[in-house]
Amino acid sequence: MMTARGRGQVVCRSCGEVEPMGRARCPRCGEYLDSRDETSIEKVWAWLLVGLIAYIPANLYPMLLTTQVFRTEEQTIVGGVVELIHYGSYAVAGIVFFASVVIPVGKFIVIGYLAVLMSRPRHTSDPHRLLVLLEVVEFIGRWSMIDVFVVAILSALVQFDVLATINPGIAAVCFALSVIFTMLAAQSFDSRLIWDRMKDDTQGAPGHV
Amino acid sequence: MTDATAEIGDTARAAPEDTLIGCPICDAVYRLSPETAAEATRCARCGYRLTLGRSTAITRVVAIAATNVALMMIVIFLPFLDLQAGTFESRASVLEVVVGFSSGIMVPLAFAVIAFILVLPILRFLFLIYALGPILAGAGNLPNAKGALRWAFKLKPWAMAEIFMIGVAVALIKLADLASVATGPAFWVFGLVVLLNAYQDSFMCRHTLWTALQDNKR
Ligand SMILES: [Zn+2]
Ligand SMILES: [Zn+2]
Repeated sequence: MMTARGRGQVVCRSCGEVEPMGRARCPRCGEYLDSRDETSIEKVWAWLLVGLIAYIPANLYPMLLTTQVFRTEEQTIVGGVVELIHYGSYAVAGIVFFASVVIPVGKFIVIGYLAVLMSRPRHTSDPHRLLVLLEVVEFIGRWSMIDVFVVAILSALVQFDVLATINPGIAAVCFALSVIFTMLAAQSFDSRLIWDRMKDDTQGAPGHV
Repeated sequence: MTDATAEIGDTARAAPEDTLIGCPICDAVYRLSPETAAEATRCARCGYRLTLGRSTAITRVVAIAATNVALMMIVIFLPFLDLQAGTFESRASVLEVVVGFSSGIMVPLAFAVIAFILVLPILRFLFLIYALGPILAGAGNLPNAKGALRWAFKLKPWAMAEIFMIGVAVALIKLADLASVATGPAFWVFGLVVLLNAYQDSFMCRHTLWTALQDNKR
């Protein structure tokens, strides 16, 4: 398999144009050209770490503040899921649990795993499996925003004076930040490293033409 | 769908009209004949869809973008949901979702939500119209058309209209025992935008769009 780097060229990540190495920007679309993002893994770790830090208060503090007849109830992410189960809305409880707990936690683990693999000089994993992991994380990660939108809609609609009011809690901000940071972590990952760092990959090695 | 197996190395009979196309995911390079480039192709090494094989891509993308901009204007101004609890009634347009958030520390979050569900989707549609519209009109590229098309692709993961719709569904179920909720016209229009958006994605062939922009007279 012929890689652009092996040919002394760079593929534009925005439009797929193949340009000689050393050119700063793509003449077709204007994107900055970079054969490999050398600081990719550092960026991944940095975003992942701040995402993880934001995820902790997102779970400890309330997402929703519901005031009904002068009594205010605080509801955390997991508390919201429990309430839905209590109502018998198992499917919706499942969706919220999946979006707010399973996806974020899974994302931290998968991105961390990929970053650890890429920090080693060579890996023996199947590149297709690693790419699927990265793509799943990128595709599914944004869906974690569901709970933030639910909070936004509820607090916009339920403002009935003494009868009932719903207001967003601090965890909504933390959770939104956590989702944004982990999306940036996944986007910072340079997928070309997966093939570069394969063991026994004579084809993709630099300089081999 | 054909695998882009026409690797650069094995083609001794490279024709001058062939295009070089690189895979942004794994760095493989291919030489595609004009016929192959017009079809749907996948990278043989990683499976990335190099070309989508959509000859009508420009027309569809611009038409859908224009429709969606018009529909989004309706969404902003018409009531989205209508809520009744006892004697209280509350109607909220999508924009009013901000009002629910906008106090104290929640202000930045309000801006973020509005950006994700309204501003970024609309901006994407406008960028696509700005970059590709002149091609359809037979006019030259507008200033910085490249930047507009590049950002239309880059903003895609941050435009979250479809996620918002699922959020609405969850919110409706949570509200069921507190109040009776009716969906307003904007709700259905927004749903249509989400569907059209998904349809448009199947035409967003990077190769086709960038080649068209490049070939268009300046
Ligand atoms: Zn380019
Ligand atoms: Zn590839």
